[in-house]
Amino acid sequence: MKLCVLCNTNRAQLKRPKTGQQICKTCFYAVFEYEIHCTITENKLFKRGDKVAIAASGGKDSTVLAHTMKLLNDRYDYGLDLCLLSIDEGIKGYRDDSLETVKRNQLQYNLPLLVLSYEELYGWSMDKIVAQIGTKNNCTFCGVFRRQALDRGAARLGVDHIVTGHNADDVAETVLMNRKLLVLFQKFTLTHFPLVFRGDFARLTRCTSITTQTLETSATTAPEHLTIPRSKPFKYTYEKEIVLYAYFLSLDYFSTECTYSVEAYRGYARVFLKDLEKVRASAIMDVIHSGEAYAQSLDEIERVEAENGGKKKKKTVVQKQGTCERCGYISSNKLCKACVLLESLNKGLPAVSLE
Amino acid sequence: MNIELQFSGGMELLFDGQRSIKVVLPSNVTTMRDLIAHTKDHYLKERPELFVQGDSVRPGILVLINDADWELEGELEYELAEKDVIVFISTLHGG
Ligand SMILES: [Zn+2]
Ligand SMILES: [Zn+2]
Repeated sequence: MKLCVLCNTNRAQLKRPKTGQQICKTCFYAVFEYEIHCTITENKLFKRGDKVAIAASGGKDSTVLAHTMKLLNDRYDYGLDLCLLSIDEGIKGYRDDSLETVKRNQLQYNLPLLVLSYEELYGWSMDKIVAQIGTKNNCTFCGVFRRQALDRGAARLGVDHIVTGHNADDVAETVLMNRKLLVLFQKFTLTHFPLVFRGDFARLTRCTSITTQTLETSATTAPEHLTIPRSKPFKYTYEKEIVLYAYFLSLDYFSTECTYSVEAYRGYARVFLKDLEKVRASAIMDVIHSGEAYAQSLDEIERVEAENGGKKKKKTVVQKQGTCERCGYISSNKLCKACVLLESLNKGLPAVSLE
Repeated sequence: MNIELQFSGGMELLFDGQRSIKVVLPSNVTTMRDLIAHTKDHYLKERPELFVQGDSVRPGILVLINDADWELEGELEYELAEKDVIVFISTLHGG
């Protein structure tokens, strides 16, 4: 029997992916919870009295997030007013089942719950959208609608902050899908990293920073247009530990992949990351740190360019951030992405392409 | 040899929704490596590429042997014993 390296008493039951340490269940719970507490306090994610909505899908990450936020708020007396916010995309057999899980969580953790549906917000459920446009671009619709729906739900609840269950593996995956980062990796030292994925920069900045508040163009955003800040308390928490934590504690979560997801299970970048981890245990943290450094260096380049007269200033930086003239949501164009999509749906057109 | 297989975190969807199967192993199945191949050939109902990769499980699937991470137990080389409980947990399902 292998003993836990932390307490030297109990049987070791898992190998931590982050450190390689062999630890027992009791010590695992303690370090898992304490590290998330540290992420929250070191990054000053909240202040006493904040009303915080936990984006709850019923899946493993948000279920463990709800459990942990509740536990830490009680244990360390953060003084937060917590609630659950769920988005009902209107997908029979998927979301209706996972919402049942969220409703059980609501009772288990004694937290108020708001469920907002696409139907209610946009007049279209995903089932209806798919009936009209098929399953090719449906994830685009779903993604745009979900982001706004969370903001609208948060506004309705009057919260100061939204937390999401994005974990270290999710963040690293997003970094790996960034094409500019790939170029940078190839140009400089880390050429041994065979990055083969594509993605966009805005998403990288959004995903590597622990808290995001505005959309891509923050420079000229008026304060009244700021979106509600969103944070990822699990940014440095590995998926393996989240899943084992849920498993050992028998937390109640829902685990079916979305019926309409083109790619069953996770995409190629995710699988690649797992392969990489096999040969290089620190891969996930390496990738996250590279993403952070890269996002920082881009900020620096933009700053220097702006100081030098801003000849090469990107269009997006000078663009004035306004609001959608139809729905009032933050948008740099006349209509926000959701309204553009809705317009095409309401006209009965097939999906427009959104870049 | 009698053992129990358990599936969790979405893994059960590849096994007809079964969360637990009691299994009597033939004598040539003695290690985890053998068991993964045996499980794929005899119990897996669909999409083997989501369960196995090479002679192991697909990366992102967690394996527990008697409630302990198989990384502590020798992974593929682990010698199965009577009444072992082997759990396969998918981490690749949406969160
Ligand atoms: Zn211990
Ligand atoms: Zn709009």
